[in-house]
Amino acid sequence: MKKSIAVLMALIMLFAFSACGKDAAETPDVKGEGVMTYAEYIAAPLDSEVVVETYVQAKQSWWEDKATVYSQDKDGAYFLYNMSCSQDDYAKLTQGTKIKVTGFKAEWAGEIEIIDATFEILEGNYVAPAFDITAILGTEDLINHQNKFVTFKGMTVESIKDADGNDVAFLYNWDGSGTDGDDLYFNASVNGNPYLFTVESYLCDNTTAVYSAVKNLKIGDKIDMEGFLYWYEGVNPHIISVTPAQ
Amino acid sequence: MRLKSKIAALVCAALTAATLFSCHGSRGLPEFAIPDEFDTSRRHEITFWAKNDTNINQTRIYEKAISDFEAIYPNIKVNIRLYTDYGKIYNDVITNIATNTTPDVCITYPDHIATYLTGENTVVPLDELAINPKYGLGGSEIKFDSPSKNEIIPQFLSECKIEGILYALPFMRSTEACYINKTFVEKLGYELPETLSWDFVWEVSEAAAKQDADGNYLLNGQKVMIPFIYKSTDNMMIQLLRQSGAGYSDENGNISLFNDTTREILLTVAEHVKTGAFSTFKISSYPANFLNAGQCVFAIDSTAGSTWMGSEAPLSDIAEDKFVEFETAVMPIPQINADNPRMISQGPSVCVFNKTDPQRVLASWLFVQYLLSNEVQIAYSQTEGYVPVTKKAQESDEYKDYLSRAGEDTNEHYKVKIDAVKLLLDNIDSTFVTPVFNGSASLRNAAGQLIENTAKSVRRGETVDDAYIENLYSSVTSLYRLDSLNESAASGREFTEGLPAASKALLICLSAAWVGILIYIAKEKIKRNRI
Repeated sequence: MKKSIAVLMALIMLFAFSACGKDAAETPDVKGEGVMTYAEYIAAPLDSEVVVETYVQAKQSWWEDKATVYSQDKDGAYFLYNMSCSQDDYAKLTQGTKIKVTGFKAEWAGEIEIIDATFEILEGNYVAPAFDITAILGTEDLINHQNKFVTFKGMTVESIKDADGNDVAFLYNWDGSGTDGDDLYFNASVNGNPYLFTVESYLCDNTTAVYSAVKNLKIGDKIDMEGFLYWYEGVNPHIISVTPAQ
Repeated sequence: MRLKSKIAALVCAALTAATLFSCHGSRGLPEFAIPDEFDTSRRHEITFWAKNDTNINQTRIYEKAISDFEAIYPNIKVNIRLYTDYGKIYNDVITNIATNTTPDVCITYPDHIATYLTGENTVVPLDELAINPKYGLGGSEIKFDSPSKNEIIPQFLSECKIEGILYALPFMRSTEACYINKTFVEKLGYELPETLSWDFVWEVSEAAAKQDADGNYLLNGQKVMIPFIYKSTDNMMIQLLRQSGAGYSDENGNISLFNDTTREILLTVAEHVKTGAFSTFKISSYPANFLNAGQCVFAIDSTAGSTWMGSEAPLSDIAEDKFVEFETAVMPIPQINADNPRMISQGPSVCVFNKTDPQRVLASWLFVQYLLSNEVQIAYSQTEGYVPVTKKAQESDEYKDYLSRAGEDTNEHYKVKIDAVKLLLDNIDSTFVTPVFNGSASLRNAAGQLIENTAKSVRRGETVDDAYIENLYSSVTSLYRLDSLNESAASGREFTEGLPAASKALLICLSAAWVGILIYIAKEKIKRNRI
């Protein structure tokens, strides 16, 4: 009898370990009934109702029962703008939390997003690994990764002009009119092509490591970055981490 | 770059803050009394919360104004805190009223002051200060060339009165303008009329919305064209109602927004959203971005946004290769009655917050006056399509020279900007403001929400008819707690009637706690007396 129990326990343990060993990303996303796949979401026309299951990757803001959230499933990303959300529920939206979102697909200045949405929390957890987008910068394929959690490798900090025409490493606000606590803007290049990056102050305020890191950038620094591939009249990544290039 | 998420968030924040403030209440300050003399032997440190339009030139002008003022009054130190949004200032002021840590001087809107006034003696009434012989506007003891009260444009000054009391001074004024791709209008076979009518704008917009079989717009050959975009839909509704002679609200806070004219306006909006002829900033993005890319014919935005408008706009969020060449016409917003044009007056005002030290308040008042000096008025007005608020500035040679040089360059003398300024200068008598009361900011938001919701519903294939509009009236009334405002106005009760249940519960708990404390003290006293 004891032997049987021991064998059974061993089998259970083996099964459990094998499940643990499997990369979460490799496990296919099984969508609930009536829920769109990412491909179906992308194919849906603007202003149509969409229902998706996705995972919270980062939270931008909460005001008066509205939350703005960066989310992603294993196939693609969804920006959830001003989604109905109580303050209690907002606290539950930790990184990886699975949610079912019902809202409307919209486009604002090139950013595809879900607006006027409601959500419910589901069982499940997934934290998206940073997708290396460096080689795709400047290509037509870039927009296919919109809103994803991405990494930029081996970028070079380029100068940006302040209002006096001086070359500086970053600006408070897009034209330098801001002060500490406002959004930060800086240029970084790869293969000689510069791109504009933003530290969105609602996502990462002036107490965060990334805010300090950008304030300490020097022109010519080699850096790696992580962030969300946000769009505003073109690509406008919201950066959440800056480290020396590896 | 300018992002909608922040704007919407701040509007919501302001609403939240207004609720919290009503809930917290504040400790009252003594009424301000004007000192006989300004004490120059003491150092006074004041805080100025200013707003700029994410415009470095405005930041610089504020900094220079402070530096010049401190040189004139070496015993006054002005600390500036810069904002880029009125809603954020409003939010922060309300939060700080509860702890008596407001700024000393603040850029604001009268709608917001109406909420600040729910704190006792929070905002300094300026009527007596303005006419004080020594320290009033143009007073004998003022150490710079301050404008007299008569030199402030009377209409702008009257906009700063709440229930007949002057609580602010105007700082800058603007209105809305219709920025038009004239090239497109003419390509469609139309000529711009002397006065733009709504019928004309709708008709041309419908013509511009025509597409070929592949979905390309005939007018621009692109896949994107929104012929008519309105930035501020609250202004759109308010101005249409005023032009129609229909109700909106009165000074007592009685709300008449939900009327038959509003219904007609919404049905018209629905009709043109359905054909793709009309959209809004909140739905689509900044009108300037579409206008400059040749994807819009009529873009209505503030005159204070004029530096973003046109194919040579000095400020822009779109890539250079997206710009197209076209002739930009700047006209007053469309009118219902060309013989009686009506347009909104807007723009920042400046108020003084009360403090326990009247000398500090007087120092603030001196600084406010300095903001109305020609040095500041002319310089700041040139940063955008703003109009100085004093005749002294408007009639100065320097300002006249500035206006005469429209089009000399695409920066300081950018033609579209100066045309926008002239538009307001030529129409000051046609401008109006809405009544200010505690809750008028919510009503304004509700007015815009009606248009936004209607437009979204049409885009989503919903039917917009009388039944829809009835439901919309009901949901918007509830969302902005306008029924509570109406009840308050009718009974003269405080805005706290509109508080959420949780806030009411908190107030009840606080009251109960105080009653409990008083009962305990009374019992203890009785006990001691017995002993």
